[in-house]
Amino acid sequence: MGEMVKLEYRVSSEDFERAGDASSNTKKVLKKIGIPSDVIRRAAIVTYEAEMNLVIHSMGGEIVVEIFPDRIIVTAKDFGPGIPDVDKAMQEGYSTAPDRIREMGFGAGMGLPNMKKCSDDFSIESEVGVGTEVVMTLYI
Amino acid sequence: MGNYFHSVILKEESCNGCTHCIKRCPTEAIRVRNRKASIFGERCIDCGECISVCPYHAQKAVTDDLEDIKKYKYKIALVPPVVHGQLDTGYSIGKVLKAVEMLGFDRAYDISPYCDVVSAIIKYYIDNNLVPKPAVSSDCPAIVRLIQLRYPDFLPNIIPIDSPMEVAARLIKTRVVKEKNFRPGDVGMFFLTPCPAKVTSIRVPLGIGISYTDGAVSVRKVFASLCRNLKELQNVEDVEGYEYSGRGIGWGRVGGQSYSIDSKHYLAVDGIENVIKIFDELELGKLEDVDFLEAYGCLGGCVGGPLLVENSFIAKRRIRYLSENIASPPLMSEEKVKEMLDTGILKWTEEIKPKKLISFDHDIKEAIKKMEKTEEILKDLPNIDCGSCGAPTCRAMAEDIVNGRARLEDCIFKLRERVKKIEK
Ligand SMILES: Nc1ncnc2c1ncn2[C@@H]1O[C@H](COP(=O)(O)OP(=O)(O)O)[C@@H](O)[C@H]1O
Ligand code: SF4
Ligand SMILES: [Mg+2]
Repeated sequence: MGEMVKLEYRVSSEDFERAGDASSNTKKVLKKIGIPSDVIRRAAIVTYEAEMNLVIHSMGGEIVVEIFPDRIIVTAKDFGPGIPDVDKAMQEGYSTAPDRIREMGFGAGMGLPNMKKCSDDFSIESEVGVGTEVVMTLYI
Repeated sequence: MGNYFHSVILKEESCNGCTHCIKRCPTEAIRVRNRKASIFGERCIDCGECISVCPYHAQKAVTDDLEDIKKYKYKIALVPPVVHGQLDTGYSIGKVLKAVEMLGFDRAYDISPYCDVVSAIIKYYIDNNLVPKPAVSSDCPAIVRLIQLRYPDFLPNIIPIDSPMEVAARLIKTRVVKEKNFRPGDVGMFFLTPCPAKVTSIRVPLGIGISYTDGAVSVRKVFASLCRNLKELQNVEDVEGYEYSGRGIGWGRVGGQSYSIDSKHYLAVDGIENVIKIFDELELGKLEDVDFLEAYGCLGGCVGGPLLVENSFIAKRRIRYLSENIASPPLMSEEKVKEMLDTGILKWTEEIKPKKLISFDHDIKEAIKKMEKTEEILKDLPNIDCGSCGAPTCRAMAEDIVNGRARLEDCIFKLRERVKKIEK
């Protein structure tokens, strides 16, 4: 495989204090490596949205960022509750965020669509009761 | 270090090796090694945070002395709004300008009318969507350099026009040379500066080839003389014949630019750390509704400049008072702005290129390898960012080790571990 940097972040449910740490740290690392700024911008957005979804919608999970010379792979994996209708969840504006969360300025329903838009390859797998895994690849 | 001019310098003999400055530096440009701090020139943006925080006054700004103005036949002082914030509001603007002249200048100009010129231009750029949203003010040179270094994607958002200081220097010098039949070299333009960033923007400007400002004298350096001169003027009747504008004076504090252009969707941020947070948000594609970003390196805006004297909150209050109580002529019309921009004298002529900081290597494979090593070392460090190794964070330390600029044993925790091992 050769050169690769792996960044791993545990993300806890409802931990708003540390929400955003994974993406801002990832951005720092990518800037230091010298990745083109357009790729950094997109990588920061997908990591941020993935991170926020773990905080808001999941019971906790993990973000893994793997940086290769030619691509970046961001994987967000959680331990539930899973998404009953993934196609619906992927629609712009669709959100199940409760009012309490919306009051904090989240829940516009643009996270997953933006993650898809900002990555070159996007896959989402989810099973109710088990968890969700989103894998996003950005080519450099 | 390196071949970069910086106004911020370190006086080694005064440095005590404490680590206050390394933590405050927004670009992680300072390290303490062998009990002395040193600045990486390529990373420094001359914001002056280290000057403000250094308890031993070891961080200094290179500025001009009043002696330096003597080599010019006709000496002009450019007085920014913040100067008025340093003085009791009982002094009229005219008297303050007169007191500045008494320092040895032939003529002092208040730059508030030139702030108004820039306000009109900013408004023109925003109203006509001439730069991407949010339009970013070019006034604070520390912010322009921060963008160049850390947020190059936003370079096109900067409104490409001179700051009021430079606008004043250009318009006044051109006029004086013509009216008085001087050669340009006869006229010396000196800015009373609140900060090292402005000094750097004179010596090595961004966006323009050369600055029309010939030098900068620190407000702090002349403050005592200024007060003495004002005392002398106590019984003199008010001094007339100067131009100034309340609106322009408002530029001395955060929000002043936005009020000037009457922006509905502005965001005014002060303090370099806060500005960094806002740019991080912008990078995530947020704040889409913001038209104009007015950002300052210093807390409170220029009233918080490191080369000033007065407490910034008190200064801010005075600026507010003056800007509300001094009349302001209307801003230039769009036609006037266009005419002025067409002369070409106020627009930036040079593109600001991103300043790529190579932390590891130009070759991405090599850089990734080194980052891998950094991550490995980082896992082994205590991750408490104590600073006693001389680097601002454990991560910065890990990078320094990978780059051969520090050793693992410079971390006192690692050193202790090793000593214990040897003892056993
Ligand atoms: N990790 C997750 N676990 C469970 N549900 C999720 C997860 N991520 C997204 N969802 C569901 O998909 C919906 C849409 O997500 P998104 O597009 O990010 O919008 P938002 O987060 O604003 O609601 C969410 O409201 C939620 O119902
Ligand atoms: S905020 Fe004003 S005083 Fe401070 S660095 Fe910027 S221009 Fe200078
Ligand atoms: Mg979301």
